[in-house]
Amino acid sequence: MIVYWLCFILFLVGLYGVITRRNLIKIAISLSIMEFSTFLFFALVGYFEGGVAPIVDPADPVKLYVDPLPQALVLTAIVIGLATTALLMAVIIRIYRKYGSLDIREIKNLRG
Amino acid sequence: MEIAISVITGFMIIGALYAIHARDLLSAVIACGIVGYSLVICFLLLKAPDLAIVQIVIETITLIIMVAVVLDSTREEKYQKFDRQGYFTAILSILIIVVLFYFMMNSVSSLDPFGEGKLRMAQSYVEGATEKTGSANLVTGVVFDFRGYDTLGEATVLVTAVLGVLTIMRIKGKK
Repeated sequence: MIVYWLCFILFLVGLYGVITRRNLIKIAISLSIMEFSTFLFFALVGYFEGGVAPIVDPADPVKLYVDPLPQALVLTAIVIGLATTALLMAVIIRIYRKYGSLDIREIKNLRG
Repeated sequence: MEIAISVITGFMIIGALYAIHARDLLSAVIACGIVGYSLVICFLLLKAPDLAIVQIVIETITLIIMVAVVLDSTREEKYQKFDRQGYFTAILSILIIVVLFYFMMNSVSSLDPFGEGKLRMAQSYVEGATEKTGSANLVTGVVFDFRGYDTLGEATVLVTAVLGVLTIMRIKGKK
């Protein structure tokens, strides 16, 4: 049970970073840390003690496989995480070229 | 098994804390890499080789992109003065963390203990999957056959993100 709590604490660390940091790259890093904790949680839920990796060997059929469904979902999410991170980084580099700073308080033109 | 994964998750938490508090942005990015590569080891221990392969490739590409952005902009993070807005965000984050902790306390009791769950809806995916999909790898069978529309949506998201990156990097900003 303690693994779930550690995984949750990792998520909270990412959330803390997103809320309190002011540097855009730090915020992007915190977002990807939150992503990682979610992936870990899905993999933890799908794990069974004594299960084997979900690859069928016809010569040697096994009774218990690890749950393949969370793994398939995480596989999709990892690739989408890369795409969103790349998009975020493109926006960050544009912002730096325009304002010359990565600090979100110095980007004055965004104020309403 | 639970102890090994707990230790690695502890390392991930330490790496994440360092990544958030490092003054040098390049070392923050590398510390983010600690978290990602520890996740690869966790996946291997949790019997998910497909995820480990994908994660190690994706983490490398992400690190390369982040390092390129840091080298192209600035390495130094501005010193954060702890003013009124800083106090406000700190209090806000503690408040949100307390609320989420309360919900986690409630929901963790409904989870199965670690390693003792059972197959729920994946039962029909596992039974006779090799005959149904023709793939020896069950994860591949789920991704490309049982949940093929999900994968189609994922491809759409990928194309949209790539188009977004191309558009953002090409336009000239207004002076």
